[in-house]
Amino acid sequence: MLDDFFTRALISGIGVAIVTGPLGCFIVWRRLAYFGDTLSHSALLGVALALLLEVNITLAVFFISVFVAFALLLLQQRASLSSDALLGLLAHSSLAIGLVVLAFMTWVRVDLMGFLFGDILSTTALEIGIIWFGGFFVLLVLFCIWRDLFASTVSYEVALAEGLSPDRANAIFMVLMASVIAISMKIVGVLLITALLLIPAATARAFSKGPEQMAILASAFGVISVFGGLLGSLEFDTPAGPSIVVAALLIFILSFVPKKLFVGARNG
Amino acid sequence: MVRGVTFSIGFGEIVTLIGPNGSGKSTTAKMALGVFKPDEGKAYRRKDLRISYVPQKLVVDWTLPINVKRFLSLTNSVSEEEIDKALTSTEILHLINSEIRTLSGGEFQRLLLARALIKLPQLLVRDEPVQGVDFNGEIALYQLIEKIRRELGCGILLISHDLHVVMSKTDRVICLNGHVCCSGTPATVTSNPEFRALFGERVAGELGFYEHKHDHEHLPDGSIRRVDFSQRGDLIDSDSPILREKSNKKGKVKSDA
Repeated sequence: MLDDFFTRALISGIGVAIVTGPLGCFIVWRRLAYFGDTLSHSALLGVALALLLEVNITLAVFFISVFVAFALLLLQQRASLSSDALLGLLAHSSLAIGLVVLAFMTWVRVDLMGFLFGDILSTTALEIGIIWFGGFFVLLVLFCIWRDLFASTVSYEVALAEGLSPDRANAIFMVLMASVIAISMKIVGVLLITALLLIPAATARAFSKGPEQMAILASAFGVISVFGGLLGSLEFDTPAGPSIVVAALLIFILSFVPKKLFVGARNG
Repeated sequence: MVRGVTFSIGFGEIVTLIGPNGSGKSTTAKMALGVFKPDEGKAYRRKDLRISYVPQKLVVDWTLPINVKRFLSLTNSVSEEEIDKALTSTEILHLINSEIRTLSGGEFQRLLLARALIKLPQLLVRDEPVQGVDFNGEIALYQLIEKIRRELGCGILLISHDLHVVMSKTDRVICLNGHVCCSGTPATVTSNPEFRALFGERVAGELGFYEHKHDHEHLPDGSIRRVDFSQRGDLIDSDSPILREKSNKKGKVKSDA
Protein backbone atom coordinates (compact mmCIF):
# COMPACT_ATOMS: atom_id res chain seq x y z
CA MET A 1 0.00 0.00 0.00
CA LEU A 2 2.85 2.38 0.95
CA ASP A 3 4.31 1.89 -2.50
CA ASP A 4 1.93 4.28 -4.11
CA PHE A 5 3.15 7.88 -3.88
CA PHE A 6 -0.40 9.16 -3.62
CA THR A 7 -1.25 6.91 -0.67
CA ARG A 8 1.94 7.98 1.08
CA ALA A 9 1.05 11.64 0.51
CA LEU A 10 -2.43 11.06 1.89
CA ILE A 11 -1.22 9.27 5.02
CA SER A 12 1.42 11.87 5.80
CA GLY A 13 -0.96 14.75 5.10
CA ILE A 14 -3.62 13.30 7.40
CA GLY A 15 -1.05 12.78 10.14
CA VAL A 16 0.01 16.42 9.95
CA ALA A 17 -3.56 17.75 9.80
CA ILE A 18 -4.55 15.89 12.97
CA VAL A 19 -1.74 17.61 14.87
CA THR A 20 -2.11 21.11 13.39
CA GLY A 21 -5.80 21.25 14.40
CA PRO A 22 -5.47 21.59 18.19
CA LEU A 23 -2.25 23.63 18.00
CA GLY A 24 -3.88 25.91 15.42
CA CYS A 25 -6.69 26.58 17.90
CA PHE A 26 -4.19 27.99 20.37
CA ILE A 27 -2.67 30.09 17.58
CA VAL A 28 -6.13 31.53 16.90
CA TRP A 29 -7.11 32.01 20.57
CA ARG A 30 -3.81 33.64 21.47
CA ARG A 31 -3.59 35.70 18.27
CA LEU A 32 -0.25 34.20 17.37
CA ALA A 33 -0.72 33.97 13.59
CA TYR A 34 2.26 36.16 12.88
CA PHE A 35 4.30 34.23 15.43
CA GLY A 36 3.55 31.01 13.51
CA ASP A 37 4.68 32.73 10.31
CA THR A 38 7.95 33.76 11.91
CA LEU A 39 8.74 30.27 13.13
CA SER A 40 7.91 28.66 9.80
CA HIS A 41 9.87 31.20 7.75
CA SER A 42 12.90 30.53 9.91
CA ALA A 43 12.52 26.86 8.95
CA LEU A 44 14.26 27.60 5.64
CA LEU A 45 17.32 28.67 7.57
CA GLY A 46 17.13 25.28 9.27
CA VAL A 47 17.06 23.59 5.85
CA ALA A 48 20.11 25.53 4.69
CA LEU A 49 22.06 24.69 7.84
CA ALA A 50 21.06 21.02 7.57
CA LEU A 51 22.44 20.84 4.03
CA LEU A 52 25.58 22.69 5.03
CA LEU A 53 26.29 20.47 8.04
CA GLU A 54 24.87 17.36 6.40
CA VAL A 55 22.42 16.55 9.21
CA ASN A 56 18.78 15.52 9.21
CA ILE A 57 16.61 18.34 7.82
CA THR A 58 13.60 17.77 10.11
CA LEU A 59 15.83 17.84 13.17
CA ALA A 60 17.66 20.99 12.05
CA VAL A 61 14.39 22.78 11.32
CA PHE A 62 13.10 21.81 14.77
CA PHE A 63 16.15 23.22 16.55
CA ILE A 64 16.20 26.43 14.53
CA SER A 65 12.49 26.99 15.26
CA VAL A 66 13.04 26.46 18.98
CA PHE A 67 16.00 28.83 18.84
CA VAL A 68 14.01 31.53 17.04
CA ALA A 69 11.07 31.13 19.45
CA PHE A 70 13.25 31.69 22.48
CA ALA A 71 15.26 34.45 20.79
CA LEU A 72 11.95 36.19 20.26
CA LEU A 73 11.02 35.83 23.93
CA LEU A 74 14.34 37.31 24.94
CA LEU A 75 14.09 40.20 22.45
CA GLN A 76 10.55 41.01 23.61
CA GLN A 77 11.86 41.49 27.12
CA ARG A 78 14.86 43.57 26.12
CA ALA A 79 14.33 45.39 22.86
CA SER A 80 12.39 48.60 22.54
CA LEU A 81 10.58 47.46 19.39
CA SER A 82 6.97 46.31 19.38
CA SER A 83 6.23 42.60 19.10
CA ASP A 84 5.00 42.69 15.51
CA ALA A 85 8.06 44.63 14.35
CA LEU A 86 10.31 42.08 16.06
CA LEU A 87 8.36 39.20 14.51
CA GLY A 88 8.66 40.73 11.04
CA LEU A 89 12.36 41.33 11.57
CA LEU A 90 13.01 37.74 12.62
CA ALA A 91 10.69 36.18 10.02
CA HIS A 92 12.11 37.89 6.98
CA SER A 93 15.73 38.05 8.02
CA SER A 94 15.81 34.32 8.81
CA LEU A 95 14.09 33.57 5.48
CA ALA A 96 16.57 35.79 3.66
CA ILE A 97 19.61 34.30 5.41
CA GLY A 98 18.30 30.83 4.54
CA LEU A 99 18.01 31.76 0.86
CA VAL A 100 21.47 33.37 0.82
CA VAL A 101 23.13 30.38 2.48
CA LEU A 102 21.43 28.04 0.01
CA ALA A 103 22.68 30.13 -2.91
CA PHE A 104 26.25 29.99 -1.60
CA MET A 105 26.25 26.23 -1.58
CA THR A 106 26.76 25.79 -5.28
CA TRP A 107 27.67 22.13 -4.80
CA VAL A 108 24.19 21.18 -3.55
CA ARG A 109 21.34 21.14 -5.96
CA VAL A 110 18.19 21.90 -4.01
CA ASP A 111 14.60 22.10 -5.08
CA LEU A 112 13.83 25.47 -3.49
CA MET A 113 10.19 25.34 -4.54
CA GLY A 114 9.82 22.08 -2.65
CA PHE A 115 10.90 23.73 0.59
CA LEU A 116 8.87 26.87 0.05
CA PHE A 117 5.61 25.23 -1.04
CA GLY A 118 5.95 21.62 0.12
CA ASP A 119 6.72 18.38 -1.60
CA ILE A 120 4.13 16.01 -0.22
CA LEU A 121 4.16 13.69 -3.24
CA SER A 122 7.77 12.67 -2.60
CA THR A 123 7.14 11.64 1.02
CA THR A 124 9.12 8.55 1.97
CA ALA A 125 8.09 5.80 4.36
CA LEU A 126 10.64 7.12 6.88
CA GLU A 127 9.08 10.57 6.74
CA ILE A 128 5.65 9.07 7.35
CA GLY A 129 7.11 7.40 10.41
CA ILE A 130 8.54 10.71 11.66
CA ILE A 131 5.24 12.51 11.06
CA TRP A 132 3.05 9.94 12.84
CA PHE A 133 5.45 9.18 15.66
CA GLY A 134 6.31 12.86 16.19
CA GLY A 135 2.69 13.89 15.81
CA PHE A 136 1.55 11.36 18.37
CA PHE A 137 4.18 12.63 20.79
CA VAL A 138 3.16 16.26 20.24
CA LEU A 139 -0.51 15.44 20.92
CA LEU A 140 0.42 13.45 24.02
CA VAL A 141 2.40 16.35 25.47
CA LEU A 142 -0.35 18.81 24.54
CA PHE A 143 -2.86 16.59 26.35
CA CYS A 144 -0.69 16.63 29.48
CA ILE A 145 -0.30 20.43 29.57
CA TRP A 146 -3.82 21.18 28.28
CA ARG A 147 -5.27 22.52 31.53
CA ASP A 148 -2.30 24.79 32.30
CA LEU A 149 -1.99 26.03 28.73
CA PHE A 150 -5.71 26.63 28.33
CA ALA A 151 -6.06 28.36 31.71
CA SER A 152 -3.13 30.64 30.91
CA THR A 153 -4.69 31.42 27.53
CA VAL A 154 -7.80 32.68 29.34
CA SER A 155 -5.91 34.40 32.18
CA TYR A 156 -2.23 34.05 32.88
CA GLU A 157 -2.55 35.62 36.33
CA VAL A 158 -5.44 33.44 37.49
CA ALA A 159 -3.56 30.34 36.37
CA LEU A 160 -0.46 31.44 38.25
CA ALA A 161 -2.33 32.55 41.39
CA GLU A 162 -4.26 29.28 41.59
CA GLY A 163 -1.22 27.06 41.53
CA LEU A 164 -0.85 26.07 37.85
CA SER A 165 2.40 26.47 35.90
CA PRO A 166 1.57 28.77 32.98
CA ASP A 167 5.22 29.67 32.29
CA ARG A 168 6.20 26.04 31.87
CA ALA A 169 3.13 25.37 29.71
CA ASN A 170 3.92 28.36 27.47
CA ALA A 171 7.54 27.25 27.01
CA ILE A 172 6.45 23.70 26.16
CA PHE A 173 3.91 25.12 23.71
CA MET A 174 6.76 26.89 21.86
CA VAL A 175 8.62 23.61 21.55
CA LEU A 176 5.47 21.87 20.29
CA MET A 177 5.03 24.60 17.68
CA ALA A 178 8.60 24.08 16.53
CA SER A 179 8.00 20.33 16.25
CA VAL A 180 4.86 20.81 14.20
CA ILE A 181 6.62 23.18 11.83
CA ALA A 182 9.44 20.69 11.40
CA ILE A 183 7.10 17.84 10.52
CA SER A 184 4.61 19.78 8.41
CA MET A 185 7.17 21.63 6.27
CA LYS A 186 7.25 18.68 3.90
CA ILE A 187 3.48 18.86 3.36
CA VAL A 188 2.78 22.51 2.55
CA GLY A 189 6.20 24.19 2.70
CA VAL A 190 7.49 26.98 4.91
CA LEU A 191 5.38 29.70 3.34
CA LEU A 192 2.05 27.95 3.88
CA ILE A 193 2.37 26.19 7.26
CA THR A 194 0.50 28.93 9.11
CA ALA A 195 -2.43 28.47 6.74
CA LEU A 196 -2.70 24.81 7.75
CA LEU A 197 -2.68 25.90 11.40
CA LEU A 198 -5.12 28.79 11.06
CA ILE A 199 -7.75 27.97 8.48
CA PRO A 200 -9.12 24.66 9.87
CA ALA A 201 -9.24 26.19 13.38
CA ALA A 202 -11.05 29.25 12.04
CA THR A 203 -13.58 26.97 10.29
CA ALA A 204 -14.06 24.96 13.47
CA ARG A 205 -14.87 28.08 15.50
CA ALA A 206 -18.28 28.48 13.89
CA PHE A 207 -19.38 24.95 14.83
CA SER A 208 -17.90 24.66 18.33
CA LYS A 209 -19.51 25.05 21.72
CA GLY A 210 -16.37 24.34 23.73
CA PRO A 211 -12.59 24.58 23.34
CA GLU A 212 -12.00 20.82 23.24
CA GLN A 213 -14.69 20.39 20.59
CA MET A 214 -13.07 23.14 18.52
CA ALA A 215 -9.69 21.38 18.72
CA ILE A 216 -11.15 18.08 17.49
CA LEU A 217 -13.20 19.74 14.74
CA ALA A 218 -10.12 21.66 13.58
CA SER A 219 -8.31 18.34 13.13
CA ALA A 220 -11.30 16.97 11.21
CA PHE A 221 -11.47 19.96 8.88
CA GLY A 222 -7.71 19.70 8.37
CA VAL A 223 -8.03 16.05 7.34
CA ILE A 224 -10.84 16.90 4.90
CA SER A 225 -8.68 19.69 3.44
CA VAL A 226 -5.81 17.27 2.87
CA PHE A 227 -8.17 14.81 1.16
CA GLY A 228 -9.77 17.47 -0.99
CA GLY A 229 -6.51 19.21 -1.81
CA LEU A 230 -4.72 16.04 -2.88
CA LEU A 231 -7.63 14.80 -4.98
CA GLY A 232 -7.90 18.22 -6.57
CA SER A 233 -4.21 18.36 -7.32
CA LEU A 234 -4.42 14.93 -8.98
CA GLU A 235 -7.48 15.94 -10.99
CA PHE A 236 -6.32 19.37 -12.13
CA ASP A 237 -2.57 18.76 -12.03
CA THR A 238 -1.93 21.56 -9.55
CA PRO A 239 0.83 21.73 -6.89
CA ALA A 240 -0.22 19.63 -3.91
CA GLY A 241 0.69 21.91 -0.95
CA PRO A 242 -1.08 25.03 -2.21
CA SER A 243 -4.04 22.88 -3.32
CA ILE A 244 -4.48 21.66 0.27
CA VAL A 245 -4.53 25.25 1.50
CA VAL A 246 -7.04 26.21 -1.20
CA ALA A 247 -9.24 23.26 -0.15
CA ALA A 248 -9.05 24.42 3.48
CA LEU A 249 -10.07 27.90 2.40
CA LEU A 250 -13.01 26.55 0.35
CA ILE A 251 -14.27 24.67 3.42
CA PHE A 252 -13.91 27.84 5.48
CA ILE A 253 -15.98 29.77 2.93
CA LEU A 254 -18.54 26.94 2.73
CA SER A 255 -18.93 27.06 6.51
CA PHE A 256 -20.56 30.48 6.11
CA VAL A 257 -22.89 29.61 3.27
CA PRO A 258 -25.38 27.07 4.70
CA LYS A 259 -26.41 29.28 7.60
CA LYS A 260 -26.99 32.26 5.32
CA LEU A 261 -29.00 30.11 2.89
CA PHE A 262 -30.95 28.66 5.77
CA VAL A 263 -31.81 32.08 7.12
CA GLY A 264 -32.70 33.22 3.60
CA ALA A 265 -35.04 30.26 3.06
CA ARG A 266 -36.78 30.89 6.35
CA ASN A 267 -37.27 34.56 5.62
CA GLY A 268 -38.50 33.92 2.11
CA MET B 1 5.56 50.62 43.48
CA VAL B 2 4.68 49.96 47.11
CA ARG B 3 6.77 50.14 50.25
CA GLY B 4 6.22 49.58 53.91
CA VAL B 5 2.98 47.66 53.51
CA THR B 6 2.45 45.08 56.23
CA PHE B 7 -0.79 43.29 56.87
CA SER B 8 -2.12 39.82 57.44
CA ILE B 9 -5.38 38.07 56.68
CA GLY B 10 -6.74 35.36 58.95
CA PHE B 11 -9.55 32.84 58.42
CA GLY B 12 -12.96 34.46 58.15
CA GLU B 13 -11.47 37.92 57.90
CA ILE B 14 -12.27 40.49 55.24
CA VAL B 15 -9.62 43.07 54.41
CA THR B 16 -10.32 45.82 51.88
CA LEU B 17 -7.57 47.72 50.09
CA ILE B 18 -8.47 51.17 48.83
CA GLY B 19 -6.48 53.98 47.29
CA PRO B 20 -6.27 56.17 44.18
CA ASN B 21 -5.39 54.86 40.72
CA GLY B 22 -1.86 53.57 40.45
CA SER B 23 -1.46 53.45 44.21
CA GLY B 24 -0.35 49.81 44.21
CA LYS B 25 -3.50 48.04 45.39
CA SER B 26 -3.42 45.41 42.67
CA THR B 27 0.36 45.09 42.95
CA THR B 28 0.05 44.41 46.66
CA ALA B 29 -2.67 41.82 46.07
CA LYS B 30 -0.57 40.12 43.39
CA MET B 31 2.35 39.89 45.80
CA ALA B 32 0.03 38.28 48.33
CA LEU B 33 -1.10 35.85 45.61
CA GLY B 34 2.43 35.04 44.51
CA VAL B 35 1.92 36.40 40.97
CA PHE B 36 4.59 39.04 41.61
CA LYS B 37 7.65 38.43 43.70
CA PRO B 38 8.35 41.35 46.04
CA ASP B 39 11.73 43.01 45.36
CA GLU B 40 12.14 43.59 49.06
CA GLY B 41 10.36 42.00 51.97
CA LYS B 42 8.33 38.81 51.95
CA ALA B 43 4.90 37.40 51.34
CA TYR B 44 4.07 34.49 53.59
CA ARG B 45 1.38 32.05 52.63
CA ARG B 46 0.36 29.03 54.64
CA LYS B 47 1.62 25.85 53.02
CA ASP B 48 -0.80 24.29 50.49
CA LEU B 49 -3.11 27.27 50.78
CA ARG B 50 -6.10 26.96 48.44
CA ILE B 51 -6.24 30.35 46.72
CA SER B 52 -8.88 31.69 44.38
CA TYR B 53 -8.37 34.85 42.41
CA VAL B 54 -10.94 37.10 40.76
CA PRO B 55 -8.96 39.52 38.59
CA GLN B 56 -10.07 43.07 37.91
CA LYS B 57 -10.39 42.39 34.24
CA LEU B 58 -10.75 39.13 32.37
CA VAL B 59 -11.44 39.25 28.66
CA VAL B 60 -12.34 36.03 26.88
CA ASP B 61 -11.28 36.34 23.25
CA TRP B 62 -14.25 35.99 20.90
CA THR B 63 -12.44 33.28 18.94
CA LEU B 64 -12.58 31.10 22.04
CA PRO B 65 -15.82 29.13 22.41
CA ILE B 66 -16.45 28.54 26.10
CA ASN B 67 -19.65 28.27 28.12
CA VAL B 68 -20.32 28.85 31.80
CA LYS B 69 -20.01 25.18 32.72
CA ARG B 70 -16.61 24.73 31.04
CA PHE B 71 -15.32 28.00 32.49
CA LEU B 72 -15.86 26.70 36.03
CA SER B 73 -13.30 23.94 35.50
CA LEU B 74 -10.63 26.34 34.21
CA THR B 75 -7.99 25.56 36.83
CA ASN B 76 -9.49 22.50 38.56
CA SER B 77 -11.47 19.38 37.80
CA VAL B 78 -14.96 19.88 39.17
CA SER B 79 -17.92 17.54 39.54
CA GLU B 80 -21.48 18.17 38.30
CA GLU B 81 -22.51 18.50 41.92
CA GLU B 82 -19.93 21.23 42.61
CA ILE B 83 -20.98 23.10 39.46
CA ASP B 84 -24.61 22.96 40.57
CA LYS B 85 -23.79 24.19 44.04
CA ALA B 86 -21.52 27.05 42.94
CA LEU B 87 -23.99 28.29 40.33
CA THR B 88 -26.95 27.97 42.71
CA SER B 89 -25.27 29.98 45.45
CA THR B 90 -24.36 32.73 42.96
CA GLU B 91 -27.88 32.52 41.49
CA ILE B 92 -26.84 31.95 37.89
CA LEU B 93 -27.77 28.27 37.53
CA HIS B 94 -30.04 29.13 34.60
CA LEU B 95 -26.99 30.31 32.62
CA ILE B 96 -25.13 27.00 32.89
CA ASN B 97 -24.97 26.43 29.12
CA SER B 98 -24.65 30.06 28.03
CA GLU B 99 -21.65 31.26 26.06
CA ILE B 100 -19.51 33.51 28.24
CA ARG B 101 -19.56 36.32 25.70
CA THR B 102 -23.35 36.65 26.01
CA LEU B 103 -23.29 37.36 29.77
CA SER B 104 -23.94 40.83 31.15
CA GLY B 105 -21.34 42.55 33.33
CA GLY B 106 -23.12 41.57 36.55
CA GLU B 107 -23.66 37.97 35.44
CA PHE B 108 -20.01 37.69 34.49
CA GLN B 109 -18.94 38.97 37.93
CA ARG B 110 -21.16 36.31 39.52
CA LEU B 111 -19.61 33.69 37.28
CA LEU B 112 -16.10 34.80 38.31
CA LEU B 113 -17.16 34.44 41.94
CA ALA B 114 -18.76 31.05 41.28
CA ARG B 115 -15.53 29.86 39.68
CA ALA B 116 -13.52 31.23 42.59
CA LEU B 117 -15.57 29.54 45.31
CA ILE B 118 -16.19 26.22 43.57
CA LYS B 119 -13.16 24.57 45.17
CA LEU B 120 -13.85 26.02 48.63
CA PRO B 121 -10.84 28.36 48.82
CA GLN B 122 -9.12 29.31 52.05
CA LEU B 123 -8.13 32.67 50.66
CA LEU B 124 -10.24 34.58 48.14
CA VAL B 125 -8.77 37.64 46.45
CA ARG B 126 -11.13 39.83 44.47
CA ASP B 127 -10.02 42.85 42.49
CA GLU B 128 -13.25 44.76 41.98
CA PRO B 129 -14.03 45.94 38.48
CA VAL B 130 -13.86 49.69 37.94
CA GLN B 131 -16.86 49.51 35.66
CA GLY B 132 -19.29 46.98 34.27
CA VAL B 133 -21.42 46.34 37.33
CA ASP B 134 -24.25 48.66 38.34
CA PHE B 135 -24.76 49.87 41.86
CA ASN B 136 -27.44 47.35 42.86
CA GLY B 137 -25.39 44.58 41.27
CA GLU B 138 -22.41 45.52 43.40
CA ILE B 139 -24.51 45.44 46.56
CA ALA B 140 -25.84 42.00 45.65
CA LEU B 141 -22.23 40.87 45.16
CA TYR B 142 -21.31 42.19 48.61
CA GLN B 143 -24.15 40.13 50.11
CA LEU B 144 -22.81 37.15 48.20
CA ILE B 145 -19.25 37.71 49.45
CA GLU B 146 -20.51 37.97 53.03
CA LYS B 147 -22.36 34.66 52.53
CA ILE B 148 -19.20 33.05 51.14
CA ARG B 149 -17.22 34.21 54.16
CA ARG B 150 -19.90 32.86 56.52
CA GLU B 151 -20.19 29.51 54.77
CA LEU B 152 -16.55 28.83 53.90
CA GLY B 153 -14.86 30.73 56.71
CA CYS B 154 -12.18 31.79 54.23
CA GLY B 155 -10.04 34.89 54.41
CA ILE B 156 -11.04 37.51 51.83
CA LEU B 157 -8.93 40.30 50.35
CA LEU B 158 -10.97 42.86 48.42
CA ILE B 159 -9.57 45.63 46.30
CA SER B 160 -12.05 48.45 46.01
CA HIS B 161 -11.77 51.29 43.54
CA ASP B 162 -14.06 53.55 45.47
CA LEU B 163 -12.19 55.71 47.96
CA HIS B 164 -15.01 56.07 50.45
CA VAL B 165 -17.71 53.46 50.02
CA VAL B 166 -16.63 49.93 50.93
CA MET B 167 -18.31 46.73 52.00
CA SER B 168 -19.67 47.33 55.51
CA LYS B 169 -18.71 43.83 56.68
CA THR B 170 -15.04 44.59 56.08
CA ASP B 171 -13.00 43.93 59.20
CA ARG B 172 -10.22 46.25 58.17
CA VAL B 173 -9.77 48.91 55.52
CA ILE B 174 -6.26 49.74 54.39
CA CYS B 175 -5.75 52.89 52.36
CA LEU B 176 -2.72 52.59 50.11
CA ASN B 177 -0.80 55.12 48.08
CA GLY B 178 2.63 53.63 47.61
CA HIS B 179 2.58 52.95 51.34
CA VAL B 180 -0.12 52.60 53.99
CA CYS B 181 -1.71 56.03 54.34
CA CYS B 182 -4.16 55.00 57.02
CA SER B 183 -6.23 52.04 58.07
CA GLY B 184 -9.25 51.32 60.21
CA THR B 185 -12.76 49.97 60.25
CA PRO B 186 -15.58 51.36 58.14
CA ALA B 187 -18.59 52.98 59.71
CA THR B 188 -21.80 51.47 58.41
CA VAL B 189 -23.80 53.67 56.17
CA THR B 190 -26.86 52.91 58.24
CA SER B 191 -25.47 54.91 61.12
CA ASN B 192 -25.07 57.98 58.95
CA PRO B 193 -28.43 59.58 58.10
CA GLU B 194 -27.08 61.47 55.07
CA PHE B 195 -25.76 58.34 53.43
CA ARG B 196 -28.89 56.43 54.32
CA ALA B 197 -30.85 59.06 52.46
CA LEU B 198 -28.46 58.82 49.52
CA PHE B 199 -28.30 55.04 49.14
CA GLY B 200 -31.71 54.05 50.51
CA GLU B 201 -32.65 51.89 53.48
CA ARG B 202 -32.60 48.59 51.65
CA VAL B 203 -29.00 48.66 50.53
CA ALA B 204 -27.44 50.84 53.18
CA GLY B 205 -26.65 47.90 55.44
CA GLU B 206 -24.25 46.40 52.92
CA LEU B 207 -22.21 49.53 52.38
CA GLY B 208 -19.71 51.00 54.72
CA PHE B 209 -18.30 54.47 54.72
CA TYR B 210 -14.62 54.77 55.35
CA GLU B 211 -13.32 57.96 56.84
CA HIS B 212 -9.68 58.68 55.97
CA LYS B 213 -7.30 59.93 58.61
CA HIS B 214 -4.25 61.00 56.62
CA ASP B 215 -1.49 62.94 58.30
CA HIS B 216 0.27 63.74 55.01
CA GLU B 217 -0.48 64.41 51.39
CA HIS B 218 0.98 63.17 48.10
CA LEU B 219 2.27 65.86 45.77
CA PRO B 220 2.15 65.44 41.97
CA ASP B 221 5.91 64.87 41.74
CA GLY B 222 5.62 61.86 44.04
CA SER B 223 6.98 63.48 47.18
CA ILE B 224 5.11 63.41 50.46
CA ARG B 225 4.29 66.45 52.56
CA ARG B 226 3.29 66.26 56.18
CA VAL B 227 0.10 68.11 56.82
CA ASP B 228 0.17 70.47 59.73
CA PHE B 229 -2.96 69.36 61.48
CA SER B 230 -2.62 71.80 64.35
CA GLN B 231 -3.75 74.57 62.02
CA ARG B 232 -6.90 72.64 61.34
CA GLY B 233 -7.41 72.02 65.00
CA ASP B 234 -6.70 68.26 64.73
CA LEU B 235 -4.51 66.38 67.14
CA ILE B 236 -1.78 64.23 65.62
CA ASP B 237 0.97 62.11 67.03
CA SER B 238 4.22 63.76 66.01
CA ASP B 239 5.95 60.40 65.50
CA SER B 240 4.01 59.21 62.48
CA PRO B 241 3.95 55.43 61.93
CA ILE B 242 4.36 55.99 58.19
CA LEU B 243 7.87 57.31 58.50
CA ARG B 244 8.82 54.52 60.84
CA GLU B 245 7.50 51.85 58.51
CA LYS B 246 9.27 53.34 55.54
CA SER B 247 12.63 53.03 57.16
CA ASN B 248 12.50 49.40 58.18
CA LYS B 249 10.01 46.96 56.70
CA LYS B 250 9.49 47.13 53.00
CA GLY B 251 6.84 45.50 50.85
CA LYS B 252 5.85 42.95 53.41
CA VAL B 253 2.60 41.17 52.82
CA LYS B 254 1.42 38.38 55.02
CA SER B 255 -1.54 36.11 54.59
CA ASP B 256 -2.09 33.56 57.31
CA ALA B 257 -5.40 32.27 56.02
